[in-house]
Amino acid sequence: MRAGVAPGIPALSRRVRASTPRWRRPTTVAGVGLAALAIALVVGLAFGSVSIPLGDTVAILAHRLLGWPVAVTWPASSETIVLELRLPRVLMAMLAGGGLAVAGATMQGVLRNPLADPYVLGTASGAALGASLAVLVPLPLGLLGLGFGQLLAFIGAVVAVALVWRLSRASRLGSLTGLLLTGYAVGSLLAAGLSMAMVLSGAQLRQIVYFLLGSLATATWQQVAVAAPLIIVGVVVLAWRARALDALMLGDETAAHLGLAVARERVILLAFAALVTAAAVATCGLIGFVGLVVPHMVRLVVGPAARPLLPLAAIFGAAFLAFADLLARLPGELPVGIVTAVIGAPFFLLILRHVRTGYEL
Amino acid sequence: MSELRLVDVALAYGSRMALAGLDLTVASGERVAVLGPNGAGKSSLLRCATGVMPVSRGTVMLDGVPLAELGREAIARRIAVVPQQVDLPFAIRVEEVVALGRIPHERSFRGPTPLDREIVDEAIHRVGLDAFVGRDARELSLGERQLVLIAMAVAQQARLLLLDEPTVHLDLRHQVQVMDLLADLNDREGLTILAVLHDLALAAHYFPRALLLDGGRLVADGPPAQVLAPERVQATFGVDAAVWMGGARPGV
Repeated sequence: MRAGVAPGIPALSRRVRASTPRWRRPTTVAGVGLAALAIALVVGLAFGSVSIPLGDTVAILAHRLLGWPVAVTWPASSETIVLELRLPRVLMAMLAGGGLAVAGATMQGVLRNPLADPYVLGTASGAALGASLAVLVPLPLGLLGLGFGQLLAFIGAVVAVALVWRLSRASRLGSLTGLLLTGYAVGSLLAAGLSMAMVLSGAQLRQIVYFLLGSLATATWQQVAVAAPLIIVGVVVLAWRARALDALMLGDETAAHLGLAVARERVILLAFAALVTAAAVATCGLIGFVGLVVPHMVRLVVGPAARPLLPLAAIFGAAFLAFADLLARLPGELPVGIVTAVIGAPFFLLILRHVRTGYEL
Repeated sequence: MSELRLVDVALAYGSRMALAGLDLTVASGERVAVLGPNGAGKSSLLRCATGVMPVSRGTVMLDGVPLAELGREAIARRIAVVPQQVDLPFAIRVEEVVALGRIPHERSFRGPTPLDREIVDEAIHRVGLDAFVGRDARELSLGERQLVLIAMAVAQQARLLLLDEPTVHLDLRHQVQVMDLLADLNDREGLTILAVLHDLALAAHYFPRALLLDGGRLVADGPPAQVLAPERVQATFGVDAAVWMGGARPGV
């Protein structure tokens, strides 16, 4: 076959885009996600132990945050509840959910492993050990509105990843296998320390358990102010490296042939994914499921290309965790990790059953 | 321009020498087959030629500039590589894989331009994959996936195309199709082509020049009929074979 450049090549990509159902296009999906995010915000602010009418909630937001001239018809207590108690909590949920989803998508891509999640390289056990140490030895230290436990959790997560990275470089296995196995080994070691701390904690065991299951109950504006820059910068950097993530999907050597400085890109991607994870975990505890499942849900709809995947994972992760947190506090403060699994797992199974065309796992 | 020159290139994996001092020039516009038994150093040659594997000794030069002085992205705009096989961790459509070939030309954040899309379409068309557009690349047969990787390399628009056994999983019809495509890219667009092949007959038929490697050394370099002389094939592959160039199709 000597098919040269045929005159008037059929515009394949245009044809393909035209044949892609509208609901699968990234812009449509982003619109749906942003709408869900807006609903999550308003509903998350309105409901809780005390319900505030939806109209009032929207009016408070419009009046206080956007400066719209709305007649004040609500009690001052409503304003306090919405702006001082619930808004930081909802924002924290959105930051953590979006960040974990992006970190999970990144880890899955860099490690070329669909089962990877943000915690796979030791962040979870490092953070948990840090937090439990703070429970055992409660020092009255704090920084920037973070308690001692949160600081130790952040440090634990970062140190754990750095340790895994450092140790894996001595591994003689292929770099990815070595990294994953080192992650499991270091994770197990830190988990042993955590178990020891739990045994020794006595009456404080409940505090450690709450950290392990994740909770947004303690979110404050100060914490949002600390976590937001870390998570937002991390997510933006990861989105900026989207094409590197795509190239790594093909394996190290082919990625290098496509112009990637593989070792450097991998460090950048893992470092920022770890930073985002550490910031989320330190403030909210170990919230499971979001980082594993949200990236897959988005991939099932728009495919694995990172340029649409990462921003969409951020939007849907944020909306998902905001809803999950609302469901967690309606019955009176359940750990949010229970809710993410209880609503996430069936939803995920449903999608797996019904998405038959296009991108399947 | 796309001249590749290797000067005294050696590559050691631990104590094993994969390449033991190779001197070699592939001129711009040439079409060269790399032959040799398993472990002869064929894939190592490709890895050194693209710089993904740093050489233990010697220099690799692209148009007179040592590879070490060029960045990875600059190399990727000038050398495209078709790997033997790629294992994809996620479902991905054929055209999306081909579009990955545009990575060295893209800028961060900005998506593919209409020109990028057109180049991807053209590459798909050229390799004969129109019917596969929209399908999950992981559901294709090994041979079809190999064609997808070739299309990806074509979309990369490099002047030098390196292929690692591009026909190994292909049936006869697709072998001929790929060889015709390579000949066409070489003849009409002047791409320089360096292909590792196991099939001596295909090499003899389609390539004006062949390199025979054995034990990390270049043991013969020239027209396939000379390179594949019976006594040399016996010495390197350990089998009796003869190359005949008569008739419509040479064979081994």
